[in-house]
Amino acid sequence: MRRIMVGVKRVVDYNVRIRVKPDNSGVVTEGVKMSINPFDEIALEEALRIKEKGLADEVLAVSIGPADTQQQLRTALAMGADRAILVQTDALVEPLSVAKIFRKLIDKEQPFLVLLGKQAIDDDNGQTAQMLSALWDRPQATSCSKVELADGKVTVNREVDAGIEVLEVDLPAVLSVDLRLNEPRYVKLPDIMKAKKKPLDTMALGDFGVSDAPAFKSVKVEPPPQRQKGIMVKDVAELVDVLKKKGLV
Amino acid sequence: MSKILIVAEHDGAKLNPSTHKCVTCAAKIPGASVDVLVLAADSAAVASQAAAIAGVGKVIAVDDAANKEPIAAVLAPQVAKLAADYTHVFGPSTTFGKDLMPRVAALLGVGQVSDIMAVEGAHSFKRPIYAGNAVLTVEVPADAKVVATVRVASFEAAAMGGGASVVKADPGVAVPTHTRFVSRSGATTGRPDLQTAARVVAGGRALGSADGFKIIYSFADKIGAAVGASRAAVDAGYVPNDLQIGQTGKIIAPELYFAIGISGAIQHMTGIKDARTIVAINKDGEAPIFESADVGIVGDLFAIVPELEKALG
Repeated sequence: MRRIMVGVKRVVDYNVRIRVKPDNSGVVTEGVKMSINPFDEIALEEALRIKEKGLADEVLAVSIGPADTQQQLRTALAMGADRAILVQTDALVEPLSVAKIFRKLIDKEQPFLVLLGKQAIDDDNGQTAQMLSALWDRPQATSCSKVELADGKVTVNREVDAGIEVLEVDLPAVLSVDLRLNEPRYVKLPDIMKAKKKPLDTMALGDFGVSDAPAFKSVKVEPPPQRQKGIMVKDVAELVDVLKKKGLV
Repeated sequence: MSKILIVAEHDGAKLNPSTHKCVTCAAKIPGASVDVLVLAADSAAVASQAAAIAGVGKVIAVDDAANKEPIAAVLAPQVAKLAADYTHVFGPSTTFGKDLMPRVAALLGVGQVSDIMAVEGAHSFKRPIYAGNAVLTVEVPADAKVVATVRVASFEAAAMGGGASVVKADPGVAVPTHTRFVSRSGATTGRPDLQTAARVVAGGRALGSADGFKIIYSFADKIGAAVGASRAAVDAGYVPNDLQIGQTGKIIAPELYFAIGISGAIQHMTGIKDARTIVAINKDGEAPIFESADVGIVGDLFAIVPELEKALG
């Protein structure tokens, strides 16, 4: 069985305007729309396309989170994943712990490819793919904008500061995906019905021997310092004048 | 006493300014000693540049043909090995550091602090979360090695004028061959580098086409600025994606930033929050960019930009 494992994180929807809690303990997530992390959706889409090309047999979606994460995994199944695993916990699991959990699931599931989003849009850590490939002692390619599989290898385009970097890595490997890799499909109603019958297994965090106590202490969460609204000028001459006075030109 | 090792970013010949910014960040930790690690095929040129940064104690240089290109799986075991005597290991939060440092952290068995924007103490840091819409203060356990990436837009480059010694090292670790560099293509435009430029001129969807974008390049060249773009302009295909500024592109902090035909979506603002002065040019007076701009002008950019270019030329 040629299997692709995809990480799916439940996050506050990217359209939600974030509000910091008044007691600085975090951001408001109660009553807020939750979705699949957009980068993970792209990872899942890529896995489905690889399978549709006949280069994989099964797409397995994995998430770590509270019981409600089943919603996001059902969406993943509706998009086309064949089965899903939820490692259930109410704790906030840090990237290193996520990587350790995925590492154990890799032993069990033997994927030839692991696809993850390049970062989650909540904690913006951007660490899990790199940590997982380190623990697995396998290649990593982060921020992929093109993925081509052939002959037990994968050639990727990576979006780097200098432009595009092309890497060739042996399989199995861990890839993290960037925005421009693909555009995820929309889920159709019949797919949602079909997804209800697909297997979604729940496991406990304790099954993995990973502590749910975070190593890092979250001291406080604050709103960012705001920029002040400046002045409006009526024409170019006035604009140049202002810039000159500020010593900028 | 904190002993900090900074992993240098370079292209084989030139040290990237992100390294100088990491030195500034590290120096904010009271009583810290700061060393720089240069991993290269031939480290001589880059190591001497690193040695000239003020505040650097010593430069550790590793020469290995395998280090010709910055492949995380190759570099990480060497960094992890050489980090043994250090309390902190820092890298820049550029695509180089973001790729490498979490792999180093996992090899060392610790978590990583991503995107340090302020130092609160030897083990306490501020970092942005939710695309910069919130700021988290995070504390690493006192007995754990701190592995972190430094948000380069949050720190000034360290001054030059140092005279650190360069020491050769051999980490003596096996490096993998499962990851191979094929090629790199990108902007050799002759323009300043977007991430470190003092002036940036950026265009948005309102430019209308790749052809329309020419007035941005022309204006930028006139004032010696780097060129950037909003995600909308990149997605529309007006410019290549390495020009993208914002949450999913580059985070920049120039002295002077021109947002031209850019509405100011949250994801774009995240990338320019630390710009010293923001000038917005937009035909829509209600565009959100004006809420954060220091100077705004409402009007037709195709008339304003050439006029401005002429006035400043």
